[in-house]
Amino acid sequence: MNPLETLRFAVGGLAANKVRSALTMLGVLIGVAAVIILLAVGNGSSQSVKDSIEKLGTNALTVSSGTGFGGGGAGGGQSSSAATTVKPLTVDDARALADPSSAPHIESVAPEVTSSSQTALYDGASHDVSQVVGTYPAYFKTSNSKVGKGDYFSADDVLNSRKVAVIGSTTATDLFGTANPVGKKIVLGGTPFTVVGVLEAKGGTGFQDPDDVVVAPLPTVQNAFTGFGSVSQILVEATSAGATTQAQNEITTVLMGTHGIKDANALDFRISSQQSLLSTQSDTNKTFTVLLGAVAAISLLVGGIGITNIMLVTVTERTREIGIRKAIGAPRGVILGQFLAESTLLSLIGGGLGVVAGLIGSRFTIVGIKPVIIPESVWGAFAIAVAIGLFFGGYPANRAAALRPIEALRHE
Amino acid sequence: MRPGLRQRLTGGGKPGGHRATGGTARAEEQEEIPGTDDGPWGRPPVIEVRSLLKTYGHGDAAVRALGGAPDPVTGVSPGVDLLVEQGDMVAVMGSSGSGKSTLMNILGCLDVPTEGRYLLDGIDVGGLDEHQLSLVRNRKIGFVFQSFNLVPRTPALAQVELPLAYAGVKSAERRRRALAALELVGLADRVGHRPNELSGGQQQRVAVARALVTAPAMLLADEPTGNLDSHSTEEVLAVVDRLNASGRTVVLITHEDEVARHAKRVITLVDGQVVRDVRQAPADGPPPALRDPAGFLSAAPHALTRGGAV
Ligand SMILES: Nc1ncnc2c1ncn2[C@@H]1O[C@H](COP(=O)(O)OP(=O)(O)OP(=O)(O)O)[C@@H](O)[C@H]1O
Ligand SMILES: [Mg+2]
Repeated sequence: MNPLETLRFAVGGLAANKVRSALTMLGVLIGVAAVIILLAVGNGSSQSVKDSIEKLGTNALTVSSGTGFGGGGAGGGQSSSAATTVKPLTVDDARALADPSSAPHIESVAPEVTSSSQTALYDGASHDVSQVVGTYPAYFKTSNSKVGKGDYFSADDVLNSRKVAVIGSTTATDLFGTANPVGKKIVLGGTPFTVVGVLEAKGGTGFQDPDDVVVAPLPTVQNAFTGFGSVSQILVEATSAGATTQAQNEITTVLMGTHGIKDANALDFRISSQQSLLSTQSDTNKTFTVLLGAVAAISLLVGGIGITNIMLVTVTERTREIGIRKAIGAPRGVILGQFLAESTLLSLIGGGLGVVAGLIGSRFTIVGIKPVIIPESVWGAFAIAVAIGLFFGGYPANRAAALRPIEALRHE
Repeated sequence: MRPGLRQRLTGGGKPGGHRATGGTARAEEQEEIPGTDDGPWGRPPVIEVRSLLKTYGHGDAAVRALGGAPDPVTGVSPGVDLLVEQGDMVAVMGSSGSGKSTLMNILGCLDVPTEGRYLLDGIDVGGLDEHQLSLVRNRKIGFVFQSFNLVPRTPALAQVELPLAYAGVKSAERRRRALAALELVGLADRVGHRPNELSGGQQQRVAVARALVTAPAMLLADEPTGNLDSHSTEEVLAVVDRLNASGRTVVLITHEDEVARHAKRVITLVDGQVVRDVRQAPADGPPPALRDPAGFLSAAPHALTRGGAV
């Protein structure tokens, strides 16, 4: 008996019960395809989060007021004893940070005030801007915001509190439609602003649309909306991505000085870096992917149980046939080979089609996520499917092939 | 397997012995010449059974299928002893449950005895491993079951090719020999039919074709005509007679005297023991039905009625 002959017998055996064979293959197909697609979705979502965080810039550090955990390990392990009085962040703090002698790893500093839900008007069109930011020009570089049309506002605009603004792409389309907003005047919360530039669309999966924003000089916004008190946060750009840790330490030292804090465990400000954001995000994403993978693995397992079940039924049903074949001289190996070939064929074809279905399914965007296939999941799922077929098909076949012919023939 | 054993299994081991076994490839060509044997001690028995016992179950629930009740003094059960010569045609008779099928299954290497020895062509079958047993079943024995036992959903031709496929015969040669075997049983026009598309008699003839296609030295048939009408019975028996005439050893189980008449020797079993052993014709030479066809037919108890019915 050559392998080709064994294969022919196996195909004959499968063809004898087409519906059952097809359903079993479908089970394996779904299992394999589910593993590939779900893992690809998990991977795709973590990839897209990573991309959007990277868009924010990895050199950037954000200093915000308040106690609690400093991002990225800034300030070390903080005890429960918090600062009794929280000094808000001020423009003076920002100025202190910008001093290169005390903070050599800081490239630029941009204090930032924000005001939300101001209504912008232009030529009858009205739009609720989700965020109005008052800041320094360094903001644009630090927050990775690029102007697509027009220009940034300058340090001079800041010094003179000019009523100029750079607007986000969403804000621009909502107010101006297709028209070029640069040079136009909008009225924002009752104050007229001249649009000098439009930011490039950032896009993002976040809760808030990062493109629905108006950025204006700090004193202008303070004057119009927030008042000249504290700033909401200070954006700091480190000299390089590798220097963020040193920059964090420098910020801590400088601000402890300006806030008069002696105890490193009682800071009244927080420093968070995009890197720490990145790592927490990828952590949650890993959990997400593992969960999806577990669901997929379960469906693969169910597919495998399907093969086992079918092979058990097939072998039991055909024990008499096995007896006949043995009685006319079929060696045990040949019988085993035939049934193994059958279950392997089932899982090979089912798994192969599952891979195809998985690859095709991953080309579509699923719940807003572009799946990114993990190559290991493809051959992993396929290999597991085939292994399940071999093992669980082999076990009942081996048991039947080991029977004495007369026992197999008497089987009911 | 050991080369020496393979040689013996395929019948090439004894140059002096005229055996119908032959190598599988040259089986059809090599014909037995009846009555000529140049071995010094005559033909060796093809079947040699010594104190064979078969019990099913254990302890109190044990059923003795073969062998007599234990001797009250020694506690030893008398087993079945049987010698069957090369070329003989033996009918095994006996009431239901007397152990005929049990004996036949052991002779066909489908089952193993509880005790005792079984030598097939001088080889102790008890000492063979799984693979060697499958070779014995494939090459030396053709087994016909009472219930046909064809492989389901398989056309007659593929059915008959199956033993050859297991023997490793090439596809073209396999086809040729399977067709020849089907021709021999008169089913050349039914090669594409599946078991469920064949009559009982036709199924049994496919089973006979399958049993003889490897040209085995021995044909074992467990009530081959038990399910058949008298016409089909005659057809199957005619095939068996011809096979025996060509030198093959035949052992068949039957309940019918009509069938037993075809045998050269009739053995009767009662409660797992041989109680009668009658020789009707010499082991050499053609079987009774072919020795004197006219006389055989006229001596048949129902010859006239059956002749009218056909
Ligand atoms: N697998 C088994 N388990 C238990 N007892 C069995 C088994 N096979 C056969 N027997 C018993 O062994 C005895 C002989 O059975 P066997 O099949 O050899 O009878 P038989 O002569 O072929 O009968 P019949 O003419 O009805 O076919 C019977 O009493 C039967 O009940
Ligand atoms: Mg019986």
